[in-house]
Amino acid sequence: MFKPVEIAPGIYSVGCRDWDIRDFHGYSTYEGTSYNAFLILDEKNVLIDTVKKEFSQELLDNISKIIDPADIDVVISNHTEMDHSGALTAVMERIGKDKTVLCSKMGLKNLNSHFPGKLNLRAVENGEELDLGERTLAFMETKMLHWPDSMFTYVKEDKILFSSDAFGQHYAGDCAFDDEIGDKVMDHAAKYYANILLNYSSRVQTLLKSVQESGLEINMICPDHGVIFRDNPGAIIEKYDQWSKQGCKKKAVIIFDTMWKSTATMAREVAKGIESRDVHVRLMNTRKCHRSDIMTEVLDAKALVVGSPTLNNGIFPVVADVMTYIKGLKPQNRMAAAFGSYGWSGESVKILNREFEAMKMDVIHEGLKVQYVPDGADLEKCFLMGRDIADKIIQAC
Amino acid sequence: MSKYECPCDYVYDPAEGDYDNGIEAGTAFEDLPDGWVCPLCGAEKEFFEKLD
Repeated sequence: MFKPVEIAPGIYSVGCRDWDIRDFHGYSTYEGTSYNAFLILDEKNVLIDTVKKEFSQELLDNISKIIDPADIDVVISNHTEMDHSGALTAVMERIGKDKTVLCSKMGLKNLNSHFPGKLNLRAVENGEELDLGERTLAFMETKMLHWPDSMFTYVKEDKILFSSDAFGQHYAGDCAFDDEIGDKVMDHAAKYYANILLNYSSRVQTLLKSVQESGLEINMICPDHGVIFRDNPGAIIEKYDQWSKQGCKKKAVIIFDTMWKSTATMAREVAKGIESRDVHVRLMNTRKCHRSDIMTEVLDAKALVVGSPTLNNGIFPVVADVMTYIKGLKPQNRMAAAFGSYGWSGESVKILNREFEAMKMDVIHEGLKVQYVPDGADLEKCFLMGRDIADKIIQAC
Repeated sequence: MSKYECPCDYVYDPAEGDYDNGIEAGTAFEDLPDGWVCPLCGAEKEFFEKLD
């Protein structure tokens, strides 16, 4: 945005939209993203988070439309990652280099590693409060959501939660709020959760429980990417509860690559078998679908069915890319099965099964190998494999 | 028995163990199984540093 948006009396969204970005460290961002930063005017003026380095001037221009940046008293860094801290040194030059940057204990360590000796940092304790005059800020440590330094800042009087990357969405668009974008926001939020937070699902559960037990009231959630939840913050909390429980949906994702269309033909037959039992199925060719889109489909799928031809005694490189990516994001409670064509040696199924076991997935089928080109009998086996997978999904869900 | 700290700030305390992951209280860091990883960030044992 090229102008600040007043999100509550005296509280402004002053961040920047990155319309052009299409690859966010390996995550596809077809609609760009935003780096949100927030300005609170009070007896003490506060800036919460900054933006990516190249947007430093745009952030300062936005702030300048409200106050002289030099009138900011305190800066809060909820998260060290450079899309939120990149502009810190440039911003502090303008605000006043000696002014305090508040962060978590790990934030202090990590910001010092990023900007050695350049910032006047002070670590806040979990639960510490900062009196601004009319308002009070409270800091909540949220370690590993999604970095060791992550924390939230909460405005007690307005009941606004500045949640850093949690509840974020990579979306630049033309909307600032959930009620403006509509249901589409959850698709972006799901993709963000699947690709950034899934492996920290148990931390998300712990956080949601502590929020519930403490009776923290939340009128608005302001993440550091995408739109602000002002209309229905409960909706995204409910989704986070659902996603972090990793409950199942009657759905399988078939992830495959193919050399001479044999494995692709097998994939289609497996899909037909799955569909024959009224289980949802997604066919995803690893050279057509981005790994982050595959991960989004994996988010609510009970089963992963992976197909790879054997190439040079191994699995296909792009399949290995996707498998490495999925493994790191640690989906839990999943079933898995493998298939693939081969020429003379057929290692791919064995390798994939080993990977599934390393990922603690329930391998529900021994796997299916077909030499060179599947014939009618092979295709029947593929169909039956799909049907068998679907039956096991139905039993489990 | 010493405590060990992960780069993510998690501290393994042998007096507490890691109940959620099947490690009983009283288990020394050295006796944790090889497959044990930081319950917070997933780092392997080799990244931990001994605390005094």
